[in-house]
Amino acid sequence: MTQVTTVDVLVIGGGTAGPMAAIKARQKNPNLKVMLLEKANVKRSGAISMGMDGLNNAVIPGYATPEQYVREITVANDGIVNQKTLFAYANNSYAMIEELDSWGVKFEKDENGDYAVRKVHHVGTYVLPMPEGHDVKKVLYRKLKQNRVIITNRLVATRILLDGEGKVAGALSFDCRSGEYNVIRAKAVILSTGAAGRLGLPASGYLFGTYENPTNAGDGYSMAYHAGAELSGIECFQINPLIKDYNGPACAYVTGPMGGYTANAKGERFIESDYWSGQMMQEFYEELAGGKGPVFLKVNHLAEETITNIETILHGNERPSRGRFHEGRGTDYRKDMVEMHISEIGLCSGHSASGVWVNERAETTVPGLYAAGDLACVPHNYMLGAFVYGRLAGESAAEYCAATQLGEVDEVQVEAERQRIFAPLAREHGLPPSQVEYKLRRLVNDYLQPPKVTKRMEIGLARFEEIRADIQNIVASNPHELMRAAEVRFILDCAEMAARASLFRTESRWGLYHQRQDYPEQVNDEWRVHVQVKKGADGRMTLFKRALEPYLVEPQEAEKFIYQHLRIRPETVPE
Amino acid sequence: MTHTIDFPVKVNLESCIADKGCTVCIDVCPLDVLAIDPATGKATMKYDECWYCLPCEKDCPTQAIRVDIPYLLR
Repeated sequence: MTQVTTVDVLVIGGGTAGPMAAIKARQKNPNLKVMLLEKANVKRSGAISMGMDGLNNAVIPGYATPEQYVREITVANDGIVNQKTLFAYANNSYAMIEELDSWGVKFEKDENGDYAVRKVHHVGTYVLPMPEGHDVKKVLYRKLKQNRVIITNRLVATRILLDGEGKVAGALSFDCRSGEYNVIRAKAVILSTGAAGRLGLPASGYLFGTYENPTNAGDGYSMAYHAGAELSGIECFQINPLIKDYNGPACAYVTGPMGGYTANAKGERFIESDYWSGQMMQEFYEELAGGKGPVFLKVNHLAEETITNIETILHGNERPSRGRFHEGRGTDYRKDMVEMHISEIGLCSGHSASGVWVNERAETTVPGLYAAGDLACVPHNYMLGAFVYGRLAGESAAEYCAATQLGEVDEVQVEAERQRIFAPLAREHGLPPSQVEYKLRRLVNDYLQPPKVTKRMEIGLARFEEIRADIQNIVASNPHELMRAAEVRFILDCAEMAARASLFRTESRWGLYHQRQDYPEQVNDEWRVHVQVKKGADGRMTLFKRALEPYLVEPQEAEKFIYQHLRIRPETVPE
Repeated sequence: MTHTIDFPVKVNLESCIADKGCTVCIDVCPLDVLAIDPATGKATMKYDECWYCLPCEKDCPTQAIRVDIPYLLR
């Protein structure tokens, strides 16, 4: 049975950017029918399902200016940015904080009622703690209801529908409980499906022990690709410094301003700043693998009341099972340093730069298709960036709808996708999705994890092709397993994009994110460009360079120097 | 003798009210791993795919759920 629904704006992904996009589309034009489609449940979905412990990139007057922020992120992302998109974030950052505040999201304030901003980055001051940030999703849910957004949960979107002119006509999806096929017609579609968080296999070997919410399998990256959109910076992987095995953030952003820091086995600082960047990850990786490794989060020198405060924040927000993990290992912040490790690789513009290409209006290169949040290429844009770009996407899509007719549905595409999605249910024997996923992600680790080597990535691509054939043999016995089977395809598309984009950029850049052993130098003459991935007219993956837009603000030499000299020099480390 | 395997999500059958129509934990799980056990009418972990994120435990109206860190990570 097929369900057909018609709306004006369809938002795919109800985590952070998605709810904001839906709300803002409705506020822009209350006559629009706006649907928020979620694979899980909007109440508790996405990267902030349990809230967030702080803003990493708040641009608040008196502490930071948009110009300074854009310069710093330009340097942090090794020059490969479209500054217009960074400014669109930075200029709207403070208004978004004030709006969220007025909605009931709690930010830390000082005794005068001013935002209590802290310094974690190398240059600017942008971190705003949210010790009571566990209710963000509840606040968003209330606003969705107030603004009469149509919410639909447990739908797995698999493809964007295009009309004969190549503009968006809706999306195809299925219900992961009933197995019902859903065709949703829409004038505009906003993708906000989060990171590709199930790309690499965590060191624990546990498929769902990922840094990102594992619901985020790279769905939107794959859908944007097959719709013909450009993706950018895919070779700039996400790799994060995390608590070993638990795989959640060690939260130097939370502990740093209170005196905590990243240390080696001797308890010594080895990096000047704990702000996550490729350059920082390079130093982290070298210390981890070196004779002074592994790496630890050190807070055991702090006062009891400070540690209690840290525990309250860290064990109550974002990843609240962390305290339980430490308890199981007998780790006490008062006595012990906490062992850290690097994450599996992923794609995520919220932390690095790998995403669907968007301009400063959140438009992709496909008419009627918008992107926001972790999957949209706006480097280092984090949760607040997801909210700001959610707003931009919602407002842009609402404007677009006013001048657009509903696209015709291509019945051939609808039927072909039905065959493709439901095939695993009809097979009598074959491979379980979990095994194909495990093998694929193990191959991602073996062949794509930096440091990157040409031959290794070429072998990886060949093995991925074998997985593509194996996918034709996946069996599923119910709609839940069908969802996992669909996700294996998303992961495979992301793996192939990650390999090809990495091979295309024949230089090293962004520290560990794109460290190529056989091309160790940064080559600015040739590679101060974006690397774009796109599905070609022949159906094959094509890669090409996109020139940088001229900078609106030029980073200063001193700022560049700081990011290039992260390691603490030996003579400055006390014995 | 039949053995049962310990899953991360543990449901206290005494306090769980899924048999009275409650589906809060099943609704909120991001990975959709919880379901009603037809044998007991109570919530149970049907798929071993837990992200130990805790909405099921925090949102349960009768505090019937306890999530342990999956064995592979402990």
